Amino acid sequence: MPALATFELTKDYAIGFWRKRPYRALDGLTLEIAPGEVFGFLGPNGAGKTTTLKLLMQLVFPTSGRAEIFGRPLGDLSVKRRIGYLPEHPYFYDYLTAEELLTYFAGLFGYAGAERRARAARLLDEVGIGAERRMQLRKFSKGMLQRVGIAQAILNEPELVIFDEPMSGLDPLGRRDVRSLILRLRDRGCTVFFSSHVLSDAEALCDRVAILARGRLAAMGRLTDMLPFRARGWDLVVAGVRDETVAALGTRVRRAVRLSDGHYMLDLPPDSPPERLVGELTAGGAHLVSLNPIRQTLEEFFVEHVTTPAAAGAPRDVEPPHGRRP
Amino acid sequence: MKATAWIAINVFRESVRDKVLYNLVFFAILLIGASYLIGQLTAGQDVKIIKDLGLAATSIFGVFIAVFIGIGLVSKEVERRSVYSLLAKPIHRYQLLIGKYCGLVLTLIVNVSIMAAALYVVLAYMSWGVPPAAARIWDAPALDPALLKATALLLAELTIVTAIALLFSTFSTPMLSAAMTFGLYIVGHFTNDLRNFADLVDSPAAARLARGLSWALPNLAQFDVRADVVHGLPVSFGYMGLASLYAAVYVAMLLAISVLIFSRRDFK
Repeated sequence: MPALATFELTKDYAIGFWRKRPYRALDGLTLEIAPGEVFGFLGPNGAGKTTTLKLLMQLVFPTSGRAEIFGRPLGDLSVKRRIGYLPEHPYFYDYLTAEELLTYFAGLFGYAGAERRARAARLLDEVGIGAERRMQLRKFSKGMLQRVGIAQAILNEPELVIFDEPMSGLDPLGRRDVRSLILRLRDRGCTVFFSSHVLSDAEALCDRVAILARGRLAAMGRLTDMLPFRARGWDLVVAGVRDETVAALGTRVRRAVRLSDGHYMLDLPPDSPPERLVGELTAGGAHLVSLNPIRQTLEEFFVEHVTTPAAAGAPRDVEPPHGRRP
Repeated sequence: MKATAWIAINVFRESVRDKVLYNLVFFAILLIGASYLIGQLTAGQDVKIIKDLGLAATSIFGVFIAVFIGIGLVSKEVERRSVYSLLAKPIHRYQLLIGKYCGLVLTLIVNVSIMAAALYVVLAYMSWGVPPAAARIWDAPALDPALLKATALLLAELTIVTAIALLFSTFSTPMLSAAMTFGLYIVGHFTNDLRNFADLVDSPAAARLARGLSWALPNLAQFDVRADVVHGLPVSFGYMGLASLYAAVYVAMLLAISVLIFSRRDFK
Protein backbone atom coordinates (compact mmCIF):
# COMPACT_ATOMS: atom_id res chain seq x y z
CA MET A 1 0.00 0.00 0.00
CA PRO A 2 1.48 3.38 -0.97
CA ALA A 3 2.04 5.97 1.72
CA LEU A 4 0.40 8.54 -0.49
CA ALA A 5 -1.46 8.32 -3.79
CA THR A 6 -3.31 10.84 -5.91
CA PHE A 7 -5.68 9.98 -8.72
CA GLU A 8 -6.33 12.59 -11.42
CA LEU A 9 -6.29 15.27 -8.74
CA THR A 10 -7.50 18.56 -10.19
CA LYS A 11 -8.10 21.95 -8.67
CA ASP A 12 -9.69 25.00 -10.24
CA TYR A 13 -9.81 28.34 -8.50
CA ALA A 14 -12.28 31.07 -9.36
CA ILE A 15 -10.45 34.24 -10.35
CA GLY A 16 -11.63 37.71 -11.28
CA PHE A 17 -13.64 40.19 -9.28
CA TRP A 18 -16.97 40.63 -11.04
CA ARG A 19 -16.98 37.90 -13.65
CA LYS A 20 -15.40 34.94 -11.95
CA ARG A 21 -13.77 32.38 -14.21
CA PRO A 22 -12.08 29.14 -13.26
CA TYR A 23 -8.32 28.92 -13.31
CA ARG A 24 -6.76 25.46 -13.28
CA ALA A 25 -4.04 25.36 -10.64
CA LEU A 26 -3.59 21.58 -10.79
CA ASP A 27 -4.49 19.38 -13.68
CA GLY A 28 -5.06 15.64 -13.28
CA LEU A 29 -2.14 14.81 -11.02
CA THR A 30 -1.62 11.09 -10.52
CA LEU A 31 1.29 9.87 -8.44
CA GLU A 32 2.19 7.29 -5.85
CA ILE A 33 4.76 7.48 -3.07
CA ALA A 34 6.04 4.31 -1.46
CA PRO A 35 6.49 4.02 2.31
CA GLY A 36 9.93 5.12 3.46
CA GLU A 37 10.61 7.06 0.28
CA VAL A 38 11.99 10.61 0.16
CA PHE A 39 10.02 12.18 -2.65
CA GLY A 40 10.77 15.61 -4.07
CA PHE A 41 8.03 17.69 -5.60
CA LEU A 42 9.72 20.17 -7.89
CA GLY A 43 8.52 23.00 -10.01
CA PRO A 44 8.78 26.74 -10.51
CA ASN A 45 6.64 29.20 -8.59
CA GLY A 46 3.01 28.86 -9.59
CA ALA A 47 3.43 25.30 -10.86
CA GLY A 48 0.81 23.94 -8.45
CA LYS A 49 3.06 22.46 -5.75
CA THR A 50 1.52 24.28 -2.80
CA THR A 51 -1.98 23.67 -4.16
CA THR A 52 -1.23 19.94 -4.25
CA LEU A 53 0.02 19.95 -0.67
CA LYS A 54 -2.97 21.97 0.47
CA LEU A 55 -5.25 19.47 -1.25
CA LEU A 56 -3.53 16.67 0.62
CA MET A 57 -4.03 18.51 3.91
CA GLN A 58 -7.63 19.37 2.96
CA LEU A 59 -6.99 23.07 3.27
CA VAL A 60 -8.57 23.28 -0.16
CA PHE A 61 -10.92 20.76 -1.76
CA PRO A 62 -10.41 19.15 -5.18
CA THR A 63 -12.52 20.09 -8.16
CA SER A 64 -12.17 16.48 -9.29
CA GLY A 65 -10.02 13.45 -8.60
CA ARG A 66 -9.07 12.11 -5.21
CA ALA A 67 -6.15 11.26 -2.97
CA GLU A 68 -5.40 8.73 -0.29
CA ILE A 69 -2.90 8.58 2.53
CA PHE A 70 -2.06 5.12 3.87
CA GLY A 71 -4.98 3.81 1.81
CA ARG A 72 -7.50 5.98 3.61
CA PRO A 73 -9.36 9.05 2.41
CA LEU A 74 -8.03 12.49 3.27
CA GLY A 75 -9.35 14.14 6.40
CA ASP A 76 -9.63 10.87 8.29
CA LEU A 77 -8.48 11.69 11.85
CA SER A 78 -6.62 8.38 12.17
CA VAL A 79 -4.59 9.47 9.12
CA LYS A 80 -3.97 12.94 10.52
CA ARG A 81 -2.47 11.34 13.62
CA ARG A 82 0.15 9.68 11.42
CA ILE A 83 1.21 12.66 9.34
CA GLY A 84 3.04 15.95 9.85
CA TYR A 85 2.78 19.09 7.75
CA LEU A 86 4.95 22.16 7.38
CA PRO A 87 3.22 24.93 5.42
CA GLU A 88 5.13 27.34 3.21
CA HIS A 89 6.29 30.41 5.21
CA PRO A 90 4.78 29.09 8.44
CA TYR A 91 3.22 31.59 10.81
CA PHE A 92 2.19 30.86 14.35
CA TYR A 93 0.65 32.70 17.27
CA ASP A 94 2.64 35.79 18.20
CA TYR A 95 1.69 35.65 21.84
CA LEU A 96 2.94 32.10 22.44
CA THR A 97 6.50 31.03 23.06
CA ALA A 98 7.98 28.24 20.94
CA GLU A 99 7.65 25.93 23.91
CA GLU A 100 4.01 26.84 24.48
CA LEU A 101 3.17 26.42 20.81
CA LEU A 102 4.56 22.90 20.70
CA THR A 103 2.88 22.02 24.00
CA TYR A 104 -0.40 23.36 22.60
CA PHE A 105 -0.10 21.33 19.41
CA ALA A 106 0.95 18.25 21.42
CA GLY A 107 -2.30 18.66 23.38
CA LEU A 108 -4.24 18.42 20.13
CA PHE A 109 -2.68 15.00 19.59
CA GLY A 110 -3.97 14.04 23.04
CA TYR A 111 -0.62 13.70 24.80
CA ALA A 112 -0.70 14.05 28.58
CA GLY A 113 0.95 16.97 30.43
CA ALA A 114 4.44 15.59 31.10
CA GLU A 115 4.62 13.95 27.67
CA ARG A 116 3.61 17.23 26.02
CA ARG A 117 6.42 19.13 27.70
CA ALA A 118 8.97 16.39 27.09
CA ARG A 119 8.13 16.23 23.38
CA ALA A 120 8.27 20.00 23.01
CA ALA A 121 11.69 20.14 24.69
CA ARG A 122 13.10 17.23 22.67
CA LEU A 123 11.96 18.59 19.32
CA LEU A 124 13.14 22.12 20.00
CA ASP A 125 16.54 20.60 20.78
CA GLU A 126 16.38 18.63 17.55
CA VAL A 127 15.74 21.69 15.39
CA GLY A 128 18.32 23.78 17.22
CA ILE A 129 16.11 26.20 19.17
CA GLY A 130 17.91 26.81 22.46
CA ALA A 131 17.14 29.42 25.10
CA GLU A 132 14.95 31.27 22.58
CA ARG A 133 12.25 28.69 23.19
CA ARG A 134 10.91 30.85 26.03
CA MET A 135 10.66 33.92 23.81
CA GLN A 136 7.36 34.89 22.22
CA LEU A 137 7.21 33.89 18.56
CA ARG A 138 6.70 37.52 17.50
CA LYS A 139 10.42 38.01 18.20
CA PHE A 140 11.54 35.08 16.03
CA SER A 141 13.36 35.50 12.72
CA LYS A 142 12.05 33.84 9.56
CA GLY A 143 14.63 31.07 9.84
CA MET A 144 13.78 30.38 13.47
CA LEU A 145 10.07 30.25 12.66
CA GLN A 146 10.89 27.73 9.93
CA ARG A 147 12.67 25.57 12.51
CA VAL A 148 9.70 25.79 14.87
CA GLY A 149 7.50 24.88 11.91
CA ILE A 150 9.55 21.78 11.28
CA ALA A 151 9.44 20.85 14.97
CA GLN A 152 5.63 21.07 15.05
CA ALA A 153 5.44 18.95 11.90
CA ILE A 154 7.30 16.05 13.51
CA LEU A 155 5.78 16.41 16.96
CA ASN A 156 3.78 13.19 16.68
CA GLU A 157 6.62 11.07 15.23
CA PRO A 158 4.75 10.93 11.93
CA GLU A 159 5.02 8.13 9.40
CA LEU A 160 4.62 10.64 6.59
CA VAL A 161 5.76 14.25 6.59
CA ILE A 162 4.68 16.78 4.01
CA PHE A 163 7.00 19.78 3.87
CA ASP A 164 6.22 22.79 1.69
CA GLU A 165 9.54 24.44 0.80
CA PRO A 166 11.32 23.34 3.99
CA MET A 167 14.55 25.17 3.09
CA SER A 168 12.80 28.47 2.51
CA GLY A 169 14.15 31.31 4.65
CA LEU A 170 17.07 29.29 5.98
CA ASP A 171 20.73 30.24 5.82
CA PRO A 172 23.26 27.66 4.54
CA LEU A 173 23.68 26.17 8.02
CA GLY A 174 19.95 25.91 8.44
CA ARG A 175 19.62 24.24 5.04
CA ARG A 176 22.25 21.73 6.01
CA ASP A 177 20.42 21.03 9.28
CA VAL A 178 17.13 20.47 7.47
CA ARG A 179 18.80 18.15 5.00
CA SER A 180 20.24 16.09 7.87
CA LEU A 181 16.85 16.07 9.56
CA ILE A 182 15.16 14.75 6.42
CA LEU A 183 17.78 12.02 6.16
CA ARG A 184 17.27 11.16 9.85
CA LEU A 185 13.52 10.94 9.26
CA ARG A 186 14.15 8.63 6.32
CA ASP A 187 16.41 6.46 8.48
CA ARG A 188 13.59 6.15 11.02
CA GLY A 189 11.37 4.82 8.22
CA CYS A 190 9.38 8.01 7.76
CA THR A 191 8.12 8.86 4.27
CA VAL A 192 9.09 12.40 3.30
CA PHE A 193 7.23 14.35 0.63
CA PHE A 194 8.62 17.83 0.15
CA SER A 195 8.29 20.58 -2.40
CA SER A 196 11.20 22.64 -3.59
CA HIS A 197 12.39 24.59 -6.56
CA VAL A 198 16.03 23.87 -5.84
CA LEU A 199 17.46 20.91 -7.76
CA SER A 200 20.40 20.45 -5.44
CA ASP A 201 18.04 19.80 -2.50
CA ALA A 202 16.32 17.10 -4.50
CA GLU A 203 19.61 15.62 -5.70
CA ALA A 204 20.95 15.39 -2.19
CA LEU A 205 17.88 13.86 -0.62
CA CYS A 206 15.35 12.32 -2.96
CA ASP A 207 14.79 8.75 -4.01
CA ARG A 208 12.40 10.02 -6.66
CA VAL A 209 11.01 13.33 -7.80
CA ALA A 210 7.99 14.62 -9.65
CA ILE A 211 8.32 17.79 -11.66
CA LEU A 212 5.30 19.98 -12.03
CA ALA A 213 4.98 22.70 -14.65
CA ARG A 214 1.88 24.81 -15.18
CA GLY A 215 -0.20 22.53 -13.00
CA ARG A 216 0.71 19.39 -14.90
CA LEU A 217 3.08 16.57 -14.18
CA ALA A 218 6.03 17.13 -16.53
CA ALA A 219 8.24 14.26 -15.37
CA MET A 220 8.53 11.72 -12.58
CA GLY A 221 11.15 9.20 -11.52
CA ARG A 222 14.71 9.06 -10.26
CA LEU A 223 16.56 12.24 -11.16
CA THR A 224 19.48 10.22 -12.52
CA ASP A 225 17.14 8.19 -14.74
CA MET A 226 15.22 11.12 -16.07
CA LEU A 227 16.30 11.92 -19.59
CA PRO A 228 16.83 15.64 -19.17
CA PHE A 229 18.95 15.10 -16.07
CA ARG A 230 21.05 12.21 -17.32
CA ALA A 231 24.71 13.13 -17.70
CA ARG A 232 25.38 14.34 -21.24
CA GLY A 233 29.07 14.13 -20.63
CA TRP A 234 31.64 15.02 -17.99
CA ASP A 235 33.74 18.04 -17.19
CA LEU A 236 37.11 16.82 -16.00
CA VAL A 237 39.72 19.25 -14.70
CA VAL A 238 43.24 17.90 -14.15
CA ALA A 239 46.56 19.49 -13.25
CA GLY A 240 50.16 18.38 -13.79
CA VAL A 241 49.39 16.71 -17.09
CA ARG A 242 51.71 16.82 -20.08
CA ASP A 243 50.46 18.34 -23.39
CA GLU A 244 51.37 15.20 -25.35
CA THR A 245 49.36 13.02 -22.93
CA VAL A 246 46.29 15.14 -23.65
CA ALA A 247 46.95 15.01 -27.40
CA ALA A 248 47.17 11.22 -27.21
CA LEU A 249 43.66 10.95 -25.77
CA GLY A 250 42.22 11.44 -29.27
CA THR A 251 38.48 10.75 -29.59
CA ARG A 252 38.17 9.80 -25.94
CA VAL A 253 37.89 13.55 -25.31
CA ARG A 254 35.38 15.74 -27.14
CA ARG A 255 37.28 18.91 -26.38
CA ALA A 256 40.36 19.86 -24.40
CA VAL A 257 40.84 23.40 -23.07
CA ARG A 258 44.27 24.36 -21.73
CA LEU A 259 43.65 26.50 -18.64
CA SER A 260 47.32 27.06 -17.76
CA ASP A 261 50.58 25.20 -17.86
CA GLY A 262 49.78 21.50 -17.30
CA HIS A 263 46.22 22.44 -16.26
CA TYR A 264 43.45 21.18 -18.56
CA MET A 265 39.68 21.07 -18.69
CA LEU A 266 38.53 18.01 -20.63
CA ASP A 267 35.04 17.49 -22.05
CA LEU A 268 34.34 13.74 -21.95
CA PRO A 269 31.52 11.98 -23.83
CA PRO A 270 28.81 10.26 -21.72
CA ASP A 271 29.29 6.76 -23.16
CA SER A 272 32.56 5.86 -21.50
CA PRO A 273 32.94 5.84 -17.70
CA PRO A 274 35.23 8.71 -16.63
CA GLU A 275 36.84 6.70 -13.80
CA ARG A 276 39.10 4.76 -16.22
CA LEU A 277 40.45 7.88 -17.89
CA VAL A 278 40.95 9.56 -14.51
CA GLY A 279 42.86 6.45 -13.38
CA GLU A 280 45.12 6.54 -16.42
CA LEU A 281 45.87 10.26 -16.08
CA THR A 282 46.61 10.10 -12.36
CA ALA A 283 48.83 7.04 -12.91
CA GLY A 284 50.81 9.23 -15.36
CA GLY A 285 51.46 11.85 -12.68
CA ALA A 286 48.44 14.12 -13.13
CA HIS A 287 46.16 14.94 -10.27
CA LEU A 288 42.42 15.35 -10.28
CA VAL A 289 41.04 18.83 -9.63
CA SER A 290 37.34 18.19 -10.30
CA LEU A 291 34.93 15.91 -12.13
CA ASN A 292 31.36 17.02 -12.76
CA PRO A 293 28.52 15.62 -14.84
CA ILE A 294 27.20 17.85 -17.64
CA ARG A 295 23.43 17.88 -17.58
CA GLN A 296 20.43 20.09 -17.92
CA THR A 297 19.79 22.15 -14.84
CA LEU A 298 16.37 22.25 -13.26
CA GLU A 299 16.21 25.90 -14.24
CA GLU A 300 16.77 25.00 -17.90
CA PHE A 301 14.15 22.28 -17.60
CA PHE A 302 11.66 24.72 -16.10
CA VAL A 303 12.31 27.28 -18.81
CA GLU A 304 11.80 24.65 -21.50
CA HIS A 305 8.60 23.31 -19.97
CA VAL A 306 7.09 26.56 -18.93
CA THR A 307 7.87 28.78 -21.88
CA THR A 308 7.74 26.60 -24.99
CA PRO A 309 4.31 26.63 -26.68
CA ALA A 310 4.15 22.83 -26.91
CA ALA A 311 4.88 22.40 -23.23
CA ALA A 312 2.51 25.14 -22.24
CA GLY A 313 -0.35 23.18 -23.82
CA ALA A 314 -3.89 24.39 -23.35
CA PRO A 315 -4.53 27.68 -21.64
CA ARG A 316 -5.06 27.34 -17.88
CA ASP A 317 -8.38 29.12 -17.88
CA VAL A 318 -10.75 26.24 -18.14
CA GLU A 319 -14.35 25.53 -18.83
CA PRO A 320 -16.51 25.63 -15.73
CA PRO A 321 -15.71 22.49 -13.77
CA HIS A 322 -18.08 19.55 -13.84
CA GLY A 323 -16.22 17.79 -11.05
CA ARG A 324 -17.60 16.96 -7.69
CA ARG A 325 -16.76 18.29 -4.28
CA PRO A 326 -16.36 15.86 -1.45
CA MET B 1 -14.12 17.08 22.98
CA LYS B 2 -10.68 17.21 24.56
CA ALA B 3 -9.25 18.98 21.50
CA THR B 4 -12.13 21.47 21.52
CA ALA B 5 -11.48 22.29 25.19
CA TRP B 6 -7.75 22.61 24.44
CA ILE B 7 -8.45 25.10 21.64
CA ALA B 8 -10.81 27.03 23.96
CA ILE B 9 -8.11 27.28 26.63
CA ASN B 10 -5.68 28.59 24.02
CA VAL B 11 -8.16 31.27 22.90
CA PHE B 12 -8.52 32.29 26.54
CA ARG B 13 -4.74 32.47 26.86
CA GLU B 14 -4.55 34.54 23.66
CA SER B 15 -7.21 36.91 24.98
CA VAL B 16 -5.63 37.46 28.37
CA ARG B 17 -2.35 38.34 26.65
CA ASP B 18 -4.09 40.81 24.38
CA LYS B 19 -3.50 44.44 25.38
CA VAL B 20 -6.80 45.46 23.78
CA LEU B 21 -8.65 43.37 26.34
CA TYR B 22 -6.84 44.98 29.24
CA ASN B 23 -7.62 48.42 27.89
CA LEU B 24 -11.30 47.60 27.55
CA VAL B 25 -11.55 46.13 31.05
CA PHE B 26 -9.57 49.06 32.47
CA PHE B 27 -11.92 51.61 30.90
CA ALA B 28 -14.96 49.65 32.03
CA ILE B 29 -13.73 49.65 35.63
CA LEU B 30 -12.81 53.33 35.32
CA LEU B 31 -16.33 54.09 34.16
CA ILE B 32 -17.85 52.04 36.98
CA GLY B 33 -15.62 53.91 39.42
CA ALA B 34 -16.62 57.23 37.84
CA SER B 35 -20.28 56.38 38.36
CA TYR B 36 -19.62 56.94 42.07
CA LEU B 37 -18.71 60.57 41.34
CA ILE B 38 -21.72 61.06 39.10
CA GLY B 39 -23.89 59.49 41.79
CA GLN B 40 -22.71 62.17 44.21
CA LEU B 41 -24.33 64.82 42.03
CA THR B 42 -27.80 63.39 42.41
CA ALA B 43 -29.58 63.69 45.73
CA GLY B 44 -30.92 60.36 46.99
CA GLN B 45 -30.50 58.65 43.62
CA ASP B 46 -26.81 57.85 43.95
CA VAL B 47 -27.13 54.07 44.32
CA LYS B 48 -29.54 53.88 41.39
CA ILE B 49 -27.19 55.93 39.20
CA ILE B 50 -24.19 53.81 40.13
CA LYS B 51 -26.08 50.60 39.38
CA ASP B 52 -27.41 51.94 36.09
CA LEU B 53 -24.08 53.30 34.88
CA GLY B 54 -22.16 50.29 36.16
CA LEU B 55 -24.40 47.80 34.37
CA ALA B 56 -24.37 49.94 31.23
CA ALA B 57 -20.57 50.06 31.26
CA THR B 58 -20.39 46.30 31.76
CA SER B 59 -22.76 45.80 28.84
CA ILE B 60 -21.01 48.20 26.46
CA PHE B 61 -17.52 46.91 27.14
CA GLY B 62 -18.74 43.31 27.11
CA VAL B 63 -20.10 43.92 23.60
CA PHE B 64 -16.81 45.55 22.55
CA ILE B 65 -14.84 42.53 23.79
CA ALA B 66 -17.24 40.09 22.11
CA VAL B 67 -17.11 41.93 18.79
CA PHE B 68 -13.46 42.94 18.60
CA ILE B 69 -12.08 39.60 19.69
CA GLY B 70 -14.88 37.59 18.05
CA ILE B 71 -14.35 39.01 14.55
CA GLY B 72 -10.68 38.03 14.63
CA LEU B 73 -11.19 34.52 15.95
CA VAL B 74 -11.25 32.85 12.55
CA SER B 75 -10.35 35.59 10.07
CA LYS B 76 -7.03 36.29 11.81
CA GLU B 77 -6.16 32.58 11.75
CA VAL B 78 -6.87 32.44 8.03
CA GLU B 79 -5.22 35.75 7.18
CA ARG B 80 -2.02 34.85 9.02
CA ARG B 81 -2.15 31.24 7.79
CA SER B 82 -1.77 29.82 11.32
CA VAL B 83 -4.87 27.79 10.47
CA TYR B 84 -2.75 25.66 8.08
CA SER B 85 -0.70 24.05 10.84
CA LEU B 86 -3.68 23.85 13.15
CA LEU B 87 -5.95 22.01 10.73
CA ALA B 88 -3.17 19.55 9.94
CA LYS B 89 -3.56 18.27 13.50
CA PRO B 90 -6.08 15.52 14.26
CA ILE B 91 -9.05 17.84 14.69
CA HIS B 92 -12.18 18.49 12.68
CA ARG B 93 -12.87 21.96 11.40
CA TYR B 94 -15.99 22.19 13.55
CA GLN B 95 -13.89 21.51 16.65
CA LEU B 96 -11.71 24.48 15.81
CA LEU B 97 -14.75 26.70 15.45
CA ILE B 98 -16.53 25.51 18.59
CA GLY B 99 -13.27 25.66 20.57
CA LYS B 100 -12.71 29.25 19.45
CA TYR B 101 -16.25 30.16 20.41
CA CYS B 102 -16.06 28.53 23.85
CA GLY B 103 -12.70 30.21 24.50
CA LEU B 104 -14.14 33.64 23.88
CA VAL B 105 -17.22 32.92 25.98
CA LEU B 106 -14.89 31.85 28.79
CA THR B 107 -12.98 35.14 28.37
CA LEU B 108 -16.25 37.06 28.53
CA ILE B 109 -17.39 35.24 31.66
CA VAL B 110 -14.14 36.13 33.42
CA ASN B 111 -14.18 39.75 32.28
CA VAL B 112 -17.84 40.39 32.97
CA SER B 113 -17.33 38.83 36.42
CA ILE B 114 -14.44 41.22 37.08
CA MET B 115 -16.60 44.18 36.00
CA ALA B 116 -19.50 42.97 38.16
CA ALA B 117 -17.15 42.60 41.12
CA ALA B 118 -15.89 46.15 40.53
CA LEU B 119 -19.50 47.38 40.55
CA TYR B 120 -20.18 45.63 43.85
CA VAL B 121 -17.02 47.16 45.34
CA VAL B 122 -18.16 50.67 44.36
CA LEU B 123 -21.65 49.99 45.73
CA ALA B 124 -20.23 48.60 48.99
CA TYR B 125 -18.08 51.71 49.40
CA MET B 126 -21.08 53.92 48.63
CA SER B 127 -23.39 52.22 51.10
CA TRP B 128 -20.81 51.81 53.84
CA GLY B 129 -21.83 53.77 56.90
CA VAL B 130 -25.20 54.83 55.46
CA PRO B 131 -27.79 54.72 58.28
CA PRO B 132 -30.62 52.18 57.78
CA ALA B 133 -33.20 54.95 57.73
CA ALA B 134 -31.46 56.59 54.77
CA ALA B 135 -31.06 53.23 53.00
CA ARG B 136 -34.80 52.57 53.24
CA ILE B 137 -35.58 55.17 50.56
CA TRP B 138 -33.61 53.15 47.99
CA ASP B 139 -35.71 51.04 45.58
CA ALA B 140 -33.43 48.07 46.22
CA PRO B 141 -30.53 47.38 48.58
CA ALA B 142 -27.15 48.62 47.42
CA LEU B 143 -25.64 45.16 47.31
CA ASP B 144 -28.69 43.69 45.62
CA PRO B 145 -28.12 40.08 44.46
CA ALA B 146 -30.51 40.85 41.59
CA LEU B 147 -27.62 42.66 39.94
CA LEU B 148 -26.25 39.21 39.27
CA LYS B 149 -29.43 38.36 37.36
CA ALA B 150 -28.88 41.36 35.09
CA THR B 151 -25.23 40.32 34.65
CA ALA B 152 -26.20 36.71 33.86
CA LEU B 153 -28.68 37.84 31.21
CA LEU B 154 -26.05 40.21 29.81
CA LEU B 155 -23.74 37.20 29.47
CA ALA B 156 -26.48 35.28 27.67
CA GLU B 157 -26.82 38.23 25.28
CA LEU B 158 -23.06 38.31 24.76
CA THR B 159 -23.03 34.62 23.80
CA ILE B 160 -25.32 35.55 20.90
CA VAL B 161 -23.22 38.58 19.92
CA THR B 162 -20.09 36.40 19.98
CA ALA B 163 -21.75 33.78 17.79
CA ILE B 164 -22.77 36.51 15.31
CA ALA B 165 -19.20 37.85 15.21
CA LEU B 166 -17.86 34.33 14.73
CA LEU B 167 -20.32 33.64 11.91
CA PHE B 168 -19.25 36.75 10.00
CA SER B 169 -15.59 36.04 10.63
CA THR B 170 -15.87 32.65 8.89
CA PHE B 171 -16.36 34.30 5.51
CA SER B 172 -15.73 38.03 5.79
CA THR B 173 -12.98 40.51 6.59
CA PRO B 174 -12.59 41.77 10.18
CA MET B 175 -13.79 45.29 9.31
CA LEU B 176 -16.91 44.10 7.54
CA SER B 177 -17.56 41.53 10.27
CA ALA B 178 -17.35 44.25 12.94
CA ALA B 179 -19.73 46.52 11.02
CA MET B 180 -22.24 43.73 10.42
CA THR B 181 -22.08 42.46 14.01
CA PHE B 182 -22.62 45.94 15.46
CA GLY B 183 -25.45 46.43 12.95
CA LEU B 184 -27.17 43.24 14.05
CA TYR B 185 -26.58 44.11 17.71
CA ILE B 186 -28.39 47.42 17.28
CA VAL B 187 -31.19 45.92 15.17
CA GLY B 188 -31.48 43.11 17.71
CA HIS B 189 -32.63 45.63 20.31
CA PHE B 190 -35.51 46.75 18.08
CA THR B 191 -37.00 43.44 16.93
CA ASN B 192 -40.08 44.02 19.13
CA ASP B 193 -40.63 47.27 17.28
CA LEU B 194 -40.43 45.38 14.01
CA ARG B 195 -43.19 43.07 15.26
CA ASN B 196 -45.32 46.08 16.20
CA PHE B 197 -44.58 47.63 12.82
CA ALA B 198 -45.98 44.50 11.14
CA ASP B 199 -49.28 45.08 12.94
CA LEU B 200 -49.44 48.69 11.83
CA VAL B 201 -48.66 48.55 8.08
CA ASP B 202 -51.44 48.07 5.52
CA SER B 203 -49.40 46.18 2.94
CA PRO B 204 -49.59 42.43 3.68
CA ALA B 205 -46.22 41.87 1.99
CA ALA B 206 -44.50 44.47 4.16
CA ALA B 207 -46.20 43.04 7.24
CA ARG B 208 -45.02 39.52 6.36
CA LEU B 209 -41.49 40.79 5.74
CA ALA B 210 -41.41 42.71 9.03
CA ARG B 211 -42.83 39.73 10.94
CA GLY B 212 -40.39 37.33 9.27
CA LEU B 213 -37.44 39.58 10.09
CA SER B 214 -38.59 40.02 13.67
CA TRP B 215 -38.47 36.24 14.11
CA ALA B 216 -35.22 35.68 12.21
CA LEU B 217 -33.22 38.51 13.78
CA PRO B 218 -31.99 38.05 17.33
CA ASN B 219 -34.25 39.52 19.98
CA LEU B 220 -31.67 41.09 22.26
CA ALA B 221 -33.97 43.49 24.09
CA GLN B 222 -35.29 40.66 26.26
CA PHE B 223 -31.84 40.31 27.87
CA ASP B 224 -31.86 43.90 29.08
CA VAL B 225 -33.38 43.85 32.58
CA ARG B 226 -31.21 46.68 33.89
CA ALA B 227 -34.13 49.07 34.48
CA ASP B 228 -36.08 46.40 36.42
CA VAL B 229 -33.12 45.50 38.59
CA VAL B 230 -32.16 49.10 39.29
CA HIS B 231 -35.72 49.96 40.30
CA GLY B 232 -36.06 46.87 42.46
CA LEU B 233 -38.64 45.18 40.22
CA PRO B 234 -38.60 41.38 40.26
CA VAL B 235 -36.98 39.36 37.50
CA SER B 236 -38.25 35.81 37.80
CA PHE B 237 -36.08 32.75 37.37
CA GLY B 238 -38.67 31.48 34.89
CA TYR B 239 -38.08 34.53 32.71
CA MET B 240 -34.33 34.08 33.01
CA GLY B 241 -34.63 30.40 32.11
CA LEU B 242 -36.69 31.14 28.99
CA ALA B 243 -34.33 33.91 27.87
CA SER B 244 -31.33 31.62 28.41
CA LEU B 245 -33.05 28.86 26.42
CA TYR B 246 -33.67 31.31 23.60
CA ALA B 247 -29.98 32.29 23.69
CA ALA B 248 -28.89 28.65 23.64
CA VAL B 249 -31.09 27.80 20.64
CA TYR B 250 -30.06 30.94 18.74
CA VAL B 251 -26.36 30.33 19.43
CA ALA B 252 -26.68 26.69 18.34
CA MET B 253 -28.28 27.85 15.09
CA LEU B 254 -25.57 30.45 14.42
CA LEU B 255 -22.80 27.97 15.21
CA ALA B 256 -24.36 25.39 12.89
CA ILE B 257 -24.36 27.92 10.02
CA SER B 258 -20.77 28.93 10.86
CA VAL B 259 -19.66 25.29 10.84
CA LEU B 260 -21.42 24.72 7.52
CA ILE B 261 -19.59 27.66 5.91
CA PHE B 262 -16.23 26.99 7.54
CA SER B 263 -16.12 23.27 6.78
CA ARG B 264 -16.52 23.92 3.03
CA ARG B 265 -14.16 26.83 2.80
CA ASP B 266 -10.96 26.74 0.70
CA PHE B 267 -7.93 28.35 2.35
CA LYS B 268 -6.17 29.69 -0.75
